[in-house]
Amino acid sequence: MLKTFKKGGVHPSHNKLTAQKPIEQLPLPKTATFINTQHIGAPSKILVKRGDEIKVGQLIAESGGFVSANIHSSVSGKVAKIDSVIDSGGYRKDAVLINVEGDVWEESIDRSSTLITETSLDKTEIIKKINKAGIVGMGGATFPTHVKLSPPPGMKADLVIINGVECEPYLTSDHRLMLEKGEELMVGITLLIKALGTERAIIGIENNKPDAIEHLKALSKKYKNIEVCPLKVKYPQGSEKHLIKAITGREVPSGGLPIAVGTVVNNVATAISVYEAVMKNKPLIERVVTVTGKHLAQPSNFYVRLGTPVSTLIEAAGGLPENTAKVISGGPMMGRSMVNLGVPVTKGMSGILVFDDAEGHRKPVKSCIRCGRCIVACPMGLEPHLLMTLSEKQMWEKAEEEKIMNCIECGSCSFTCPSNRPLLDYIRLGKSTFGAIIRNRK
Amino acid sequence: MNKLLTISPSPHLYQGDSVRKIMYSVIFALLPALVWSFIVFGMPAVILTLTSVASCLVVEWAIQKYMLKTTPSINDGSAVITGILLAMNMPAGLPVWMIVIGALVAIGVGKMSFGGLGQNPFNPALVGRVFLLISYPVQMTTWPNITNSGVDSVTEATPLALIKEGVNSGQTVPQIMENIPAYRELLLGNFSGSLGEVSAALLILGLLYMLIKKVVTWHIPVTTLATMFVFAAILWKANPEQFADPLFHILTGGAMLGAIFMATDYSSSPMSKSGQIVYSIGIGVITICIRTWGAYPEGISFAILIMNAFTPLINNYMKPKRFGEK
Amino acid sequence: MGISLVYTIITVSSIGVTAAIILYFAARKFYVYEDPRIDEIEEALPAANCGGCGYAGCRAFADAIVKDNSIEGKNCPVGGNDTMSKAASIMGLEAVNQTPRIAVIRCNGACEHRPNTRNYEGASTCAIEAMHFGGSTDCQYGCLGLADCVASCDFNALHMDSETGLPVVSDENCVGCGACVKACPKDLIELRKQMPKYRKIFVACRNEDKGAAAKKACAVACIGCGKCEKECKYDAIVIKNNLAFIDSDKCKLCRKCVSVCPTNAIIEENFPPRKIKAEEPEKAGIEA
Repeated sequence: MLKTFKKGGVHPSHNKLTAQKPIEQLPLPKTATFINTQHIGAPSKILVKRGDEIKVGQLIAESGGFVSANIHSSVSGKVAKIDSVIDSGGYRKDAVLINVEGDVWEESIDRSSTLITETSLDKTEIIKKINKAGIVGMGGATFPTHVKLSPPPGMKADLVIINGVECEPYLTSDHRLMLEKGEELMVGITLLIKALGTERAIIGIENNKPDAIEHLKALSKKYKNIEVCPLKVKYPQGSEKHLIKAITGREVPSGGLPIAVGTVVNNVATAISVYEAVMKNKPLIERVVTVTGKHLAQPSNFYVRLGTPVSTLIEAAGGLPENTAKVISGGPMMGRSMVNLGVPVTKGMSGILVFDDAEGHRKPVKSCIRCGRCIVACPMGLEPHLLMTLSEKQMWEKAEEEKIMNCIECGSCSFTCPSNRPLLDYIRLGKSTFGAIIRNRK
Repeated sequence: MNKLLTISPSPHLYQGDSVRKIMYSVIFALLPALVWSFIVFGMPAVILTLTSVASCLVVEWAIQKYMLKTTPSINDGSAVITGILLAMNMPAGLPVWMIVIGALVAIGVGKMSFGGLGQNPFNPALVGRVFLLISYPVQMTTWPNITNSGVDSVTEATPLALIKEGVNSGQTVPQIMENIPAYRELLLGNFSGSLGEVSAALLILGLLYMLIKKVVTWHIPVTTLATMFVFAAILWKANPEQFADPLFHILTGGAMLGAIFMATDYSSSPMSKSGQIVYSIGIGVITICIRTWGAYPEGISFAILIMNAFTPLINNYMKPKRFGEK
Repeated sequence: MGISLVYTIITVSSIGVTAAIILYFAARKFYVYEDPRIDEIEEALPAANCGGCGYAGCRAFADAIVKDNSIEGKNCPVGGNDTMSKAASIMGLEAVNQTPRIAVIRCNGACEHRPNTRNYEGASTCAIEAMHFGGSTDCQYGCLGLADCVASCDFNALHMDSETGLPVVSDENCVGCGACVKACPKDLIELRKQMPKYRKIFVACRNEDKGAAAKKACAVACIGCGKCEKECKYDAIVIKNNLAFIDSDKCKLCRKCVSVCPTNAIIEENFPPRKIKAEEPEKAGIEA
């Protein structure tokens, strides 16, 4: 019997179109754009100015606080301008635009493919390197990794969990990484173990990726303290809290972080970036992006430089189909639909999903028939139909009593609703409004 | 780019179920029992059912169009279900005009006055049935005789009514049982009663279909029947002379129809699983109480309506277990 | 029959009497003293419970006046000066005259000025759209057109213009309670000093982008050029963050700024028509 979390969850069709497509290197873009907010927390402070000569891997914006991250250039060339650009949500953000010239790297970066497994660095030095490299959670949440690796005083991790679940339909970037960069992943995990001072690490993988499970199980024979844990397929198993529950049975208390139950969860792609940052001095400047969609000519997994415009990736995947209705950054359950295709690839962009008119539109909203499916689907044990009603009626305090703030925004409720009600839209409204109320109280 | 992109918050996927699909699955699940009742009771049952469905549709359409001034949504199938369930709760010999009144009360008072689909606190079909039962008690308890082939003009009491009358006139249960069809007959549906009461087996078939289609979960029907069985068994063990045995209780009357199709109505039953179990236990206990000590031979419709009234309270106190809360 | 009727009457009556006695003592025991002036002031208030005063409702407002024993800084925008002077006299205080305020919509980005560059589908409220996206146009500051303000108005003073897709204030109905100001996630609604005949001059734009970007997104955007600031003799206009703002307390309604604005971002309302000049025939359309 495979492990999974017990309560709630849904089963969207997997649609992993690109699971067997090896990662392809995408050529350099002509211009690259670096938005100063690619992570959760304070915006980064832009360090360069117009006309500056930039090398690949050079720091162009420094962390704006503890919960923030450095941003490095992924290209070499001249800074064209510092300007505000429209981000994927349609809001203007400050950004550095660089005209690409050649491909000149910083000398300190080791670009060879030789695997380095040994390091003399200690805990704090590893975290310092990760911080310097600007690594954030690459699964989509973009929480700065060095913050995760520095537990608050009095708390200690005893287990590192590596998230190879990729429970979002369509996405395969982590899957491909596990297959193609398994060795690097293993070294990255040992580094994370060292940074946190834990005994062991467990990689959680859903069993719709049997090849990845096989491959990593074989590799883990060499690494004594790393285990692979196959999991039953169920969305949203990639949520930190549910992955911990599935693997260890521990339940992160309401409002708490995974460290409260002695665990730290990191994504597969993040672990590989940690390896590159610590062993190769390479900051976070490249990532794997799955470009997919049923109507795309060549859905692919691309290895791209950050800052490349999304339109370039779509061109490389065969161009935008005629009847495209929606382009989503991330997976179909939690991803954000993009307002235009000029936006650049950012640190947290794990996939680009193209939907046509048949898939890409909301369906007409009907009245609630109180079937209770949202309650069954909610992995947090909430009552989405009730929370939506409370939020609509602006009863924020009552919504808080019903634990609206526990919602992880996985979208299972809206997905399962036979009346197509915008449950999650209203729950998010309630969360953000109540969040503002709390901030005002302080 | 000339075509504008669509933007909307996540999630961007739908499971693909719709209200209409759910409602039509329920109708499909009702069909075997309904068709069997047509075979047993003949033409009158067909006319009664068609009239009931048609009146429900017309009433809902008229209220939506002329009173609420909204776009009528009668094609979602919910009014059809109410119509079928209302007819299945009637004796086949009921005058046709009476069921039109029943439909008016069911849809008009039981459903639309509360705001329509999803808003009704009580099961509309049961509101209609109970209204008719109280207003026209004679016609509502005149059951056609089906012991010979086809409907006989001679009326026959239902097994539950036989027990009630018998016990009240001083007979013991085993004595009365001699006049009651064997359990095999009860299961297959060769006894008298309302349209939908006759075949327990076909109703169970409908339940299995709904369970496979995930329209309902096992919680309400199984708990209701189990509670009835256990409660009746305790009484029967205590005094077999006075009380009927548990199997008899769950096979007769509206027990199956009520537990499978009436108690599971979405909007009038609790939403959390624990709440559904409390609700079902309530229905089971009240049903047996009314059957054994009440004035009516059958009590499941009253039991369901009473527990419907408790649903908001149950919803308020029986919350699902929150993740991360002790 | 007769006896049982008597018994019934006696039982029910005695239950009634017992309950009445219990209630009487309970009411005495739990009696809370309340200043009678709270009731009096509440009586004088319009009972709209709109929250325009900043309190939860009329009762809470009355309670606050009595508790603080002052009407300073408190104003019922719905009832206006009449109501406040009544409340003041109940308290034995001097009433302070407040200028009545009226809402204006600081966005004029109708579809023809500000084309859609994407289609929003999702829950149909401004609050939710604003939380996820900057809007359906390239202007992240402008009206989303999903009518949260209209829903928030208790006085029937707002409606959506189906042609422009923007809300319109009905001057006669607006009491200046400010519910719409709170409802608008883009902060587009401002309460301005109410002028005679509801005359208004204001900058109908909140776009803080640089001129070129603003103009590209919307033909009637304020580009922060500063012409109006120079033109104004009363120091009523300030340019901040590429955006002009006219202070309604200083504005003398001379309408000079309206004429100099290159993008027609400054709007005049309820003025008699000007002598029509050849270069601005489209003015009349905006006025309507």
